[in-house]
Formats: sequence, C-alpha cells, structure tokens
Amino acid sequence: MSTRLKEGGRRIDRAKQVEFTFNGKRMSGFEGDTLAAALLANDQVMMGRSFKYHRPRGVVASGAEEPNALVNLGEGGKFEPNQRATTTEIFDGLTAASQNHWPSLDFDVGAINAKLSRFLPAGFYYKTFMFPRFAWKHLYEPIVRQSAGLGRVPKDRDADTYEHYYAFFDVVVIGGGVAGLMAAKSAGEAGAKVLLMEQTPHWGGRAPVDGGEVDGKPVEDFVAATVAALEAMGNVTLRTRMMGAGVYDHGYMLGYQRLRDHAPAAKGPRHRLWRIRAGRIVTATGAIERPLSFAGNDVPGVMLASAVRDYVVDYGVSPGDRVVVVTNNDDAYRTAIAVKAAGLSVPAILDARAGGGGALAEEAKAQGIRVLNGMGVAKVHGKKRVEGVAVCRQAGEGAVEEEIGCDVVAMSGGWSPVVHLWSHCGGKLVWNDKYAMFQPNPEASPTGADGEGFVLAAGVAAGAQTDTDFEGLGLYETLRTAVRAGTQAAAELGFKTRDVALPTVSEHDEVAMEPVWLMPQGAGAKLRMKAWLDYQNDVKVSDVQLAAREGYESVEHTKRYTTLGMATDQGKLSNINGLATLANALGEAIPQVGTTTFRPPYTPISMGAIAGEARAETFQPLRRTPMHDWHEENGAHWEPVGQWRRPYCYPRKGESHAAAVAREVMATRDSLGLLDASTLGKLVVKGPDAGKFLDMLYTNMMSTLKPGRCRYGLMCSENGFLIDDGVVARIDEDTFLCHTTTGGAERIHAHMEEWLQTEWWDWQVYVANVTEQYAQIAVVGPNARKVLEKLTDEDISAESLPFMAWKDVTLDGVNSRVYRISFSGELSYEIAVPASVGRAFWGRLLQAGEEYGVTPYGTEALHVMRAEKGFIMIGDETDGTVIPQDLGLNWAISKKKDDYLGKRAQARSFMDNPDRWQLVGLETVDGSALPDGAYAVAEGTNANGQRNVQGRVTSTYFSPTLGKGIAMGLVHKGPDRMGEVLDFPGTDGKTYKAKIVDPVFYDRDGEKQNV
Amino acid sequence: MLILDCPYCGVTAEETEFHGGGEAHLKRFGPGSSDEDFEGYLFHRENPRGVHFERWRHVNGCGKWFHVARDTATLEVFGSYSAQVTEPPQEIRDAITAKRPGWRWREFA
Amino acid sequence: MSEAVSALAGAGFDGIARVEEAGQVGMVTLRGDLDSAAMVKAVKTATDAAVPGQRAITRAGGYAVAWMSPDELLITCDHDKADAVVNSLAKSLAGAQFLAVNVSDARAVFDVSGAQARDVLAKLMPVDFSRAAFGPDIIRRSRLAQVPAAVWMSADDTFRVVCFRSVARYLFDVLCMAAQDGSEVGVLG
Repeated sequence: MSTRLKEGGRRIDRAKQVEFTFNGKRMSGFEGDTLAAALLANDQVMMGRSFKYHRPRGVVASGAEEPNALVNLGEGGKFEPNQRATTTEIFDGLTAASQNHWPSLDFDVGAINAKLSRFLPAGFYYKTFMFPRFAWKHLYEPIVRQSAGLGRVPKDRDADTYEHYYAFFDVVVIGGGVAGLMAAKSAGEAGAKVLLMEQTPHWGGRAPVDGGEVDGKPVEDFVAATVAALEAMGNVTLRTRMMGAGVYDHGYMLGYQRLRDHAPAAKGPRHRLWRIRAGRIVTATGAIERPLSFAGNDVPGVMLASAVRDYVVDYGVSPGDRVVVVTNNDDAYRTAIAVKAAGLSVPAILDARAGGGGALAEEAKAQGIRVLNGMGVAKVHGKKRVEGVAVCRQAGEGAVEEEIGCDVVAMSGGWSPVVHLWSHCGGKLVWNDKYAMFQPNPEASPTGADGEGFVLAAGVAAGAQTDTDFEGLGLYETLRTAVRAGTQAAAELGFKTRDVALPTVSEHDEVAMEPVWLMPQGAGAKLRMKAWLDYQNDVKVSDVQLAAREGYESVEHTKRYTTLGMATDQGKLSNINGLATLANALGEAIPQVGTTTFRPPYTPISMGAIAGEARAETFQPLRRTPMHDWHEENGAHWEPVGQWRRPYCYPRKGESHAAAVAREVMATRDSLGLLDASTLGKLVVKGPDAGKFLDMLYTNMMSTLKPGRCRYGLMCSENGFLIDDGVVARIDEDTFLCHTTTGGAERIHAHMEEWLQTEWWDWQVYVANVTEQYAQIAVVGPNARKVLEKLTDEDISAESLPFMAWKDVTLDGVNSRVYRISFSGELSYEIAVPASVGRAFWGRLLQAGEEYGVTPYGTEALHVMRAEKGFIMIGDETDGTVIPQDLGLNWAISKKKDDYLGKRAQARSFMDNPDRWQLVGLETVDGSALPDGAYAVAEGTNANGQRNVQGRVTSTYFSPTLGKGIAMGLVHKGPDRMGEVLDFPGTDGKTYKAKIVDPVFYDRDGEKQNV
Repeated sequence: MLILDCPYCGVTAEETEFHGGGEAHLKRFGPGSSDEDFEGYLFHRENPRGVHFERWRHVNGCGKWFHVARDTATLEVFGSYSAQVTEPPQEIRDAITAKRPGWRWREFA
Repeated sequence: MSEAVSALAGAGFDGIARVEEAGQVGMVTLRGDLDSAAMVKAVKTATDAAVPGQRAITRAGGYAVAWMSPDELLITCDHDKADAVVNSLAKSLAGAQFLAVNVSDARAVFDVSGAQARDVLAKLMPVDFSRAAFGPDIIRRSRLAQVPAAVWMSADDTFRVVCFRSVARYLFDVLCMAAQDGSEVGVLG
C-alpha cells in the first residue's frame, strides 16, 4: 500500500494538517503536500482513468509533466477540469474528483473500450466513422461526444478575477532550480535587472533530492544561501508559482503566476499573466525523465524513478512497500538508495545495460540491493495496482526468467532536457547521440528585433555539453553552464561581467546511459500492444508502428493520426519515446524524423488569465454619451453601434418595441422629438489647404461651401466604394467641421491623417477629433423652432438660420452651435453643447418641450424616418461594394473636380456602367414589411443550381407615418424599372411581392424640413 | 509580438500600440492613369520572404505614420523612418546591406 | 446654467492604490509648428510654460504643456480657463498655420495614487513604469487595456491618466480591478 512515512518530507509541515475530499471521500494531508502526494499518503494510488480505453491509471510523475492524475477541482464558480494532481497544492476544503469514468473510478462502464482495444487502433476515428455517411450525425457523433473529452465543462461563470502585468527586464530566467538560481545570480551580479521564475512553490528544483554536496554542504544549504543572496539584490525579482508559459518574437514572453490556487480564500486575483519584454531569456527548465516502454507500464504503481524518489524525500510518502527499479541509466539508482534509506524494500534493480552502472550502482549494492544487469521488465502484473513484474533479458524477446513481487515499479528511460521554451520562438535543436536526447543548438537561438539570439539555455536544459571535462548532466556541470548563461546574457546586453568562481561540488561519477526504446528489445506484438507510449491518449508502441506501416512518415502527421503527444500534457513524457519508435519503424535515425513543433503554453494556462481584465462588464470598452444615464433611467432598450450603446427605443411599461418606435415616430412628425446624436463623429479640419483637402476626400465640392453653411457629403475609398457620409459645416475661411457616421469618427479621422501624413504632407491642414467634446442633440419636428425660441432671445428664424445653415446661439445660457440639418425630413436642429453640460441641457430641452409633448426617440425611429425620406444609411445601403452612383447620389458627385479619392476607380468599366444594382424604393403589394436582406429572384438558375437573383432589400421598416411597409433595395437597373413587381422569397417560406417605387416615400418636395 | 521604434515619439513599444498599414512607398495613380498603373497601385503588392518595407501607424501613441524596414522571415527590424519620403533613405539601405548583402526590393537595392 | 459635470462626477475607489476621477480639467489641443518662435511665444503667453521637448511635459502655475506628437501639444489648465487659452493662442498665432481647440469635455481624467500606483498601471498599459524609465517630466501615450490613454505624473506616486470621456466608466472599472485588494505585485511599488 502507499502511505505516509513516519519521517521525512522536506516540503511538508507535519504540524499543519489539511482536510480535503477526493470523489467525495474525506482525506487529510499536510501543508506543503501536492494533491498527488496527499492521495498517495491516503493509499489512493489509482487517480483516474485513461481517455480512450478508460484503463485505471495512477500518478506517474511528480511535476508538470504528469499525464494521468488529472482531476476536476472545486465546485460552482471555482470549478476547473483537467488539473494535475502533481502541481495542485492542497488546502483546507479542497474538493477534487477524478475524470473519465462513470459511474465511479473503481467501476467504470467505459472500460469496455479496453476490451475492444483491438478494434480501436491508431486512426480509429478516421477509419471507423466514415461510412455510412448518415450514421455520423445520428449514431457516431452522439456516442463519441458522450465518451470523448477530458474532464467536465464548467457550468458556472468563473467567480475569480485575473489580471495581466506588463514587465520589463534585462534578463529573465525561467526555472528556479540550482541552474536558474545560479544564472540569475550571475546576471544579477553584473548589474542586470533580473526576473527569476519558478513554477513550483519551491526553489532548488530536484537537486536537493538528488544529493551531492556544494562547498562541502548539502545542496539544500546552497539553495538557501543563493536564494538569500538573490533576495538581497535590489535588481533581482524572484517569483515562485510562476511558470514560463511561452517565448515569443522580439524577447516577448509570458509568465503565468498562480497567486491564489493554493489559498483560494484570500483576496485578490487568482492568476496573473505577466507579459514580459526581456533583453535575454535564460531557460533553466531542467529535464524530464522518460518512461520505459514495457508491457503493462501503465498499471497504477508504475512510476518514474525520479517521482518515486520525490514522493519519499519531498513528501515523506511511500508509493509502495516493495519497489522494483528498472533503468537504463545511473540516476535511477538514487531512487533505490532513497527508498531503501526510508526503510522500504527494494527487491531488485533491473539495469537494461549489460555493463550495468557506475559508482551509484556500487553504492546500491553496498546497501544490499540486488542489481540485475542486462535485464528488464517483460510484463507488469496487476490491473488496478502493480502486483509484481516478470523479469526478462533486455536483449531477448521477453522470455520470463524470474517473477518478482512488488507494488511499485520505478522506471527510468533517461532524461530529456525541457527544450520547449527554447523552441517556442524558433530555437533549433540538435540530437545528442550519446545521451539520446535533443538539446538546444546554441548556434541557432531564437533571434530578436536586432537579429541577435535572445535565448540561452542553462543547466540540464542545455543538454550535455561537449566543450568540457565534466560532460553529462551532473551538478557541477549544471552550475557551470548556468553561470556561463547568466554571465553571457548580461554581457550581451552591455553589462560589465566578471569571472564567477564556481563552488566546489562533490557528486557521483556516472556511467553513460544506453537508449532503450522498447523493453525487451525483441518484444513481440502481444507485449507491444500493452507497452504504452502516451498514457494520456492511450497510444501504444503498436499504434505508432501501425501508423508507420500505413505510410505516416512525418512526425507531425503521426502525432495527429495516433494522437500521440496531444491534449493537456502535450507529450512531455511520450514525445521522445514516440518518435524513437517511429524512427525505428521507419528505419531512420531519430534526428531525421525530428520533433513535433513545441508550441506555447508550456503547460495549460487558465482562460481567465488570458482574458485578464477583459471579461463581463469590461469585456470590451463600452462607450457612453453624456446622456447615457438618463437613457438608462428612462428604460432605453439599447442597440450596440460599434462600441457605443444607443437607445433603440424607449418602451413604456407594457409597450412593445414596435409600438414604442411607432409612437416615437408619430410624436416627432406631429410635434417634437429629441434624439441623442452625440455619437456622430465631429472632426475639425483647419488650414489654408483645408478646402482643397476636403475636395479630395469628399466626392462633392467642399471648397465652395460658404462659412455659416452646411453641405451633405460622401466619402469613398480609393477603390471607389462609399465609406462614410455626413454633413460638413464651414466654420470660417480656414475651418470646417466634418460630421461622420457613429462608427466612423475614429476611422475617418485616421483616414484623413493617413492621406495628410503619407501623401499630401506638404498641405497646410490640421485635423482634430472633437467628437466627444460635444453632446449633440437633434431637436426635431414642427415645434422644434418654438421650443428653441423658449431658450433664447437670439434670432433663429428661418431667415436668420435657414435650412443647411448653422449658427452659434446661447441657449439657456449654454454656448451652443446649432446646425439646421435634417435626417428625418422634419424641421430639425442639431445642437452641439459642451459634453459637461449635455445631461443638464437634455433635461432643459425636455422641460421646455413638455408643452409640445416632447418625445425622446431612439435609433429605430431615426431609421424609420430616414427611410421614409429615402435617405441612405452607411452600412445598410452600403456594404463595401456600393458606389455613390448606385444610390442615385450623382448629385453629390462633383463633375468639376479633376480628382477625388475614388474617382479613378469609379471610371473603371464595370463601375462606369448602368448595368448595376441600383437603389430603388420597394413597396409590398399587400402593405406588409419585406424581410430584411431578402433577395429578389430572377429567371433561371446559376451554376450551383440556385435561383438567379436581381436585387436585395437593404432597409425595411413598417412606416407608422404611412401605415404600411416601406423598404429600400438595390435592384438590377432598378430606376429604369419603376412599377415592376418583384418576388422576394423569405426564410419563412412565403414569397413577398413588392413593387419598385421611388425611394422617397414621404414629403418628396422637402417642404416639411424647409420651413 | 514585435517591438518597433516610432521615429516621431522616440519610443520603443510593443506591436499593440501600432497598426500595420501594408506596403510602403506606393505611388498613387489617379484620374487619367492607365488601367495597368491603377491596378498596380490599388492591388499589386510585394510578398517577399526577407527584406520588406512597410507602413505602420503609432495609433495608440502619437498617431503618426512611419515606415519600417523589416525581414518578414526572421522579423529582424533594420530601422524605422519618416513616412514623408518616397523611397528608403540611404542609412536604412546601408543598414540592410550590412545584414543582407545583395538585397533587392522593387526597384530598390 | 452651470451644471457642468465630469463624466463620473469624481468617483473614487480605494484598493492597493487610490483611483479617483479628477473632475473637470481644462484641456486644449494645439497643433502647429512646435519649433517656431511664434509657437514658443504663444505657449508662453497663454500658459507661462515652455514648449516641451519630445515626450516631455512642462509646467507653470496651474498650467501644464505636454508633448503629444511632433506637431501637437496638450495644454491642461483649470476647466474654466480653457477657452481663454484657446483665445490667447489664436491671438498670438494669428496668421500662422495652427489649430487650437478646447477638448476639456472630450476627456476624462483619473488620478491613480499610492505606493502601488506604478504596479497598478503596469497591469493595464504596455509601458515600463519603473522609476528609472518613468519620471515626473514625461508624458506617455499608449493603450490602457483596450482604449488609448495618456499618462504622466502629477505628484509623487500619483499618475494622471487621460482617456476619452465616453470610456470613462470602462477606464474606471479596469483601474479599480487592477487596484483591487490583495493584488499587490511588488515589483515597482
């Protein structure tokens, strides 16, 4: 059984007991435990089931690379699936549940898949669900959906908050093991501003577990002294629980800090995503131990040798009473020695190397541990728990020479440097044949903005160096390469560095490892089918070999076909073994097969951390006018227009939106309406060349506009298409004020600046965006003038302020600019007042208009009224393919100008041509409203067998003024076809018949607006 | 994510402060130009693997447009310079030549 | 009618830093040839301050002049003085090509203050707020979360943040979130 040892556990505080639940069962651990350690301490070896076959799985690793021990954590707004038990720190009240099983972890229906595994080979999905086609939707998909997927999807809104943090450092060191500490110290002592991050809560990495001495003292003391030295340095920032998630272009990198996962009751954000710009990045990310591929290597109790050692030394937890070690390298002997030292039994060490190990092997033997050289595991006995191993010769085919009873198998297939962060941004790898691993090629580091490499690897993450007498992955070599990387990083940034004296180190000499990609070497099909490469995705040696036989040569294709190295662990344990297996099957060398692409993040990060502050109310900026609060208080139904919110209508209690719109239209047409028009863009254009400039921007002639007057203008892109419209007012000889559409202010401002800065930079024009300086209110209706006259003694008569003129007027003591323009066809004034008094002024207008039944109206009433007048709306009548000529706006295109933006484009043969869809009014035969966007069908069908079309509806409303549906649309040669009736099939199955009419439905002569 | 120098502000800032504006040094063809010239102006763009000249705007900053010489494959930035020129200035060309001898881009080298 | 109000009527929040809407602030956008003698004189006349160099900010009395771009300055003053500044500039610069416009009401202004202010802003802006990089005499225009913003130091440990008025609520909300209790970063503070 697995249990807590009486003594030991560097990371736990036995004085502090922590209560938690697993699958509803109450358990306890100690402060400092990971969930995996605490589960093992409670004899919970089985922690989940596998994704595909639902095989029982136990914890394999002790860190971020764990593929099996994934749990659903928390409840409600704190629920999160797929959390690794090995990186989850326990706290009082933690609730965890295992995944991929039903109804329970112990008894799982899905485990039937394992019995069917013969029928679920590599590429199973691609092969099986192809035919018959109809079966996918009704049969396969529902089944697959039910059984697929890791974990559960959260149902509640995330209750936590998250944030970003922009940071700037000279040198960022990723990994707080002895290499990272030493690299940070070297760079820091040179004066560089350094950030050192460590993904676990602890400094020092594996070194204190692995043993050895630095300067005559235990490694632990060296770690403590180095951390203390770093903490004393003002230019060094240290963070634990922070993972280097990704390295990107130009020295950008992400650090994922888990602030509250271990203490969720504390105030503050749960995670912080550091968005870091670094001069140099040092990857001191260590190495990950590889599993060995033998039959039954996924039975709970088979673990990485280093993990077994970690649980014993770091957490005082025994994963089992009898531990068989199987290895191809010297490091795993440390596990045997540590396990033995903890008072547990090590029946045997199986060393696949015929020549066996070095000094560590001698030490193990000296402690009475039986060492069998040239031997391996033929098969693991047990289903939900290891019961024993069958021992065979590594060189053979699996003939069993001996049976050994045990409840843990500690395996080691050698080590792979963690090269992910080195590789994220294009760092290249080389294959180290002697150590059977890919390692960073320092000649091919990722390059930054200046073209220089900006990533350096340190410690075992750099692989085994050949330029040294200390070749290998030992402690001295780790410190040596770390000092070198830290010093070099600082020196490359121009810091003055000096030689750093390396501490003295005492450690065991190690004999080289020997690659073992399959155990035993000649394992037959039956064994290979039980030899797992990828635990998380249930990929076996036989699956990769099958893929190779089926013609998959590229490692990227094989990954996707077999699912090797996919999902949450991204193959941290399986990749090298998988591609070695593929290489062997293809008869190629491993470096020729290469690795799959390493992509960020290194381990999964929370969606909340990615979003940062951009969620809920602040998901995106919401723009509010000065009168926003009034609209809200008065029941506005909102319409998003770009990032603005505009009132769509103001429904009264019990009133439908349609009824509210009709009421607002009629009140405005009959008496007086108010519209918040503050969102319209307002751009001041000033300078001696302002007129010339606007002549280029608008299709109209603006330079001839008289001060005091307004003109409606159209803007086109260089491609000839309409991009914006609005009223231009000439303020004085040099100054114009250009109104844009609501969504257009920033866009058109940028458009103007672009042409001024990049084409006509010698023109004397300045532009300023004053959109938000003003609250703009449209006062509309037959009583509009009367209400304004109540607020001023100045002359605003038709003679003094005629249609399409503007005037500065003091209204109720407020400096106002009054534009007499109309988008409704009524007598109408748009009044601009400083935004700071907008809300108050709106109130004054409501008060003054009370006797006229003043009615605030929303965007829909505005739309109805403009459609009744046949006014176009950018975005309705235009869609980026419409030119002004299509909309009957020839009157707004100056014939006198040599040039304007879009003029050349509009001269192209397919534009300068009546054979186009053009604007008309549409009136249904029965008076109903046409469906929006409906197409008018024509005779015949197109190449796809669809009905030909000859036009479409661009705007459609029920007109309360006229008591019938009105619409505008673009129809092929429409203006020449007045009176024709077209068919518009709706999506409701009905066909609407509509007659082509003039687009101006109301007050064709403009008498109402010009009074 | 790139970092660029704005030649107007003098700040080195991350890409989110900027907005890319496509190819640099286009010559405008207006009314009276041939169909070929106009088509080239409006639609034809370089798409090199290597040295490229682009327009960027410091949109969340001073608002100014500027030019950047950059390697599209390695993302190395050779320099940024004024938008108010019709061809890359000599010092930018020299900086590119130092790193990419023999480079060519449109009619420039 | 004197019911002028700022966007959020001086809303405030206390967390690891204090976030407070600064109320109404006078602001004038001035565009022109910043190197010209006329400009130097006009700015001096209107504000008593010098024309600032690139990304600098100059101050005199209740006025501050901030460099916005090679041809644009932002003058801040009391809210009721902005029109006078515009008029003064117009008078001084008559005949020159320039643009001066009152933009006081187009903006919202926030003060973020306290020992943690630098870290709070660094959560939202891709800007180096370290003491070495960000001192009292500079203005930085950048992005704050998803909107453009300008920031400078108005006092020790106090940063003044300016954005468009329409996004005042958004800016306040994200600043408050960044200043929430328990969110200390401990790098710049």
